[in-house]
Amino acid sequence: MNWIAIWVTFKLASLTAAALLVIGLPIAYWLAYSTWRWKFVVESIVALPLVLPPTVLGFYILVAIGPHSPIGRFYADLVGHPLPFTFEGLLLASILYSLPFAVQPFATAFEQVDRKLIEASWTLGLSKVRTFFKLILPLSTAGLITGAVLSFAHTLGEFGVVLMVGGNIEGVTRTVSIDIYDEVQALNYAGAAKTAAFLLVISYLVLLLVYAMNRKVWAVWPQK
Amino acid sequence: MAAEIIVEVTKTFSGRTPIRAGFRYPVEASTVLILFGPSGSGKTTILRSVAGLEWPEEGTIQFVSRVWLDTRSRIKVSPQERHISYMAQDYALFPNYSVAGNIAYGLGELTLVERQKRVQEMVELFHLTGLEDAKPRELSGGQQQRVALARAVAPRPQLLLLDEPLSALDAPTRAQLRGELRGLLKQLALPSIIVTHDWAEALTLGDVMAVMHEGAILQVGAPQEVFSRPANADVARVVGVETVVQGTLIEAREGLATVRVGEISLTAVAVENVGSDVFVCIRAEDVTLEPAGAGLTSARNHLVGTVSAITSLGALARVTIECGFPLVAVITRSALTELGLTVGASVRASFKAGSAHLISRQ
Repeated sequence: MNWIAIWVTFKLASLTAAALLVIGLPIAYWLAYSTWRWKFVVESIVALPLVLPPTVLGFYILVAIGPHSPIGRFYADLVGHPLPFTFEGLLLASILYSLPFAVQPFATAFEQVDRKLIEASWTLGLSKVRTFFKLILPLSTAGLITGAVLSFAHTLGEFGVVLMVGGNIEGVTRTVSIDIYDEVQALNYAGAAKTAAFLLVISYLVLLLVYAMNRKVWAVWPQK
Repeated sequence: MAAEIIVEVTKTFSGRTPIRAGFRYPVEASTVLILFGPSGSGKTTILRSVAGLEWPEEGTIQFVSRVWLDTRSRIKVSPQERHISYMAQDYALFPNYSVAGNIAYGLGELTLVERQKRVQEMVELFHLTGLEDAKPRELSGGQQQRVALARAVAPRPQLLLLDEPLSALDAPTRAQLRGELRGLLKQLALPSIIVTHDWAEALTLGDVMAVMHEGAILQVGAPQEVFSRPANADVARVVGVETVVQGTLIEAREGLATVRVGEISLTAVAVENVGSDVFVCIRAEDVTLEPAGAGLTSARNHLVGTVSAITSLGALARVTIECGFPLVAVITRSALTELGLTVGASVRASFKAGSAHLISRQ
């Protein structure tokens, strides 16, 4: 087994889940509580990575962070090297790719917090921000764990986006799924089988954890 | 400026009667206003608007010298800034916090020592000693109600809003807590607004009562007054109890109570812990009329008097009999004709001991 690829993959998945825990919360809060009539537009954008072919998403991210775009140039000027085909670039792509897997369980959990509890908190003098941290967040832990675990698991198995944005650099951007592909290309079925089995077991264990923890929340789609 | 609550709001809901309600009344330290009406009359919406949880499309809400809502000058004070407490019908206790945690929830601005002291005070006041660490789901309905109330009054709000505070309880607990709640509200000296559809609650708890029906306030006045002198037929129908008189409990024996109302002695079914000062409440449909001098009936109360007013209610008629106090009976028009009742006629009114409800006035 390619332990270096496994290390890169786990590092990528952990950082993606951690970043989404931070970025995903305000987005999910807004989606759960906003009464804006065009909210569905944002909802659809967040859900887009669920249906978009990873290569399409990867292509746009590659263009967006490449040396010909303002973002790419800004990054290159700041750091000294361009973003594509680096671990940071891959991390950014993974965050976007796994966004719905974090945001949707978060938003579902927030929506399931009884409105009356939130109102009780307001009338007791707690601001919306303090109500979020003292009440909504503690009551949403199952959803938070589901979102974090799903985005972790989803990142473990990503292939198309990694290939487009990260390339295939040993120790930097070569993840487990790329490694399996390479092994098969090299007709090394035994090596591929071992890594594939490893990924299968890990993914299954992760989902086992999610579903054992909350039986009611269907993890990906919010219940309306 | 006099210390007053002024509410004047309009709120529409699709598919429902719009709410156009207004009332104002002076507030003193312990004034309890009852918002009384059937479900769907809009009383909860008014309460939530006062709490800042509902935003009327138009109107003003003022509490003492502060304007909480004025749609014309775009003043909208958030619930956080109103320093009120709102207790929802199902209490809305925080399931992730203990009893002590719930009570301490709104005390973030106090120091740790002060906060602990306040929680301890509340625990004692509301008889929650020993339950400090229990989670809400481990408590009985009555205990949950006390925790919710303790949480609401702990931050010492300037106005307490209670939405059907006793409706989630079973009947015996409700009767017991009704008296306790009255005592507590007086002890705390906290102006309150209580929403209810239970006339016993209105009479026990209220100093002022506003009757709501189909989104409008029909009458504001002292509860006893509203019950015994409804401003119009709608109010009479909404309150449902036409006769409310003050009396003194003389004795209670073998389950029956003797109550003195002026010169008259009435028999009622005894109720525990009512004290000697009581309201006697009699629904008009429980009163039967017969010619004066009729024979024995199973009813325990027979009062001879003269008819002082007759109002037509379609197939029914509302007859007021002066028999030491004004007693209201609702009878059919045919009975009215058969008995030959006119204003000034002599008649005997009867009602069973079980129809004379005693409500504590303490």
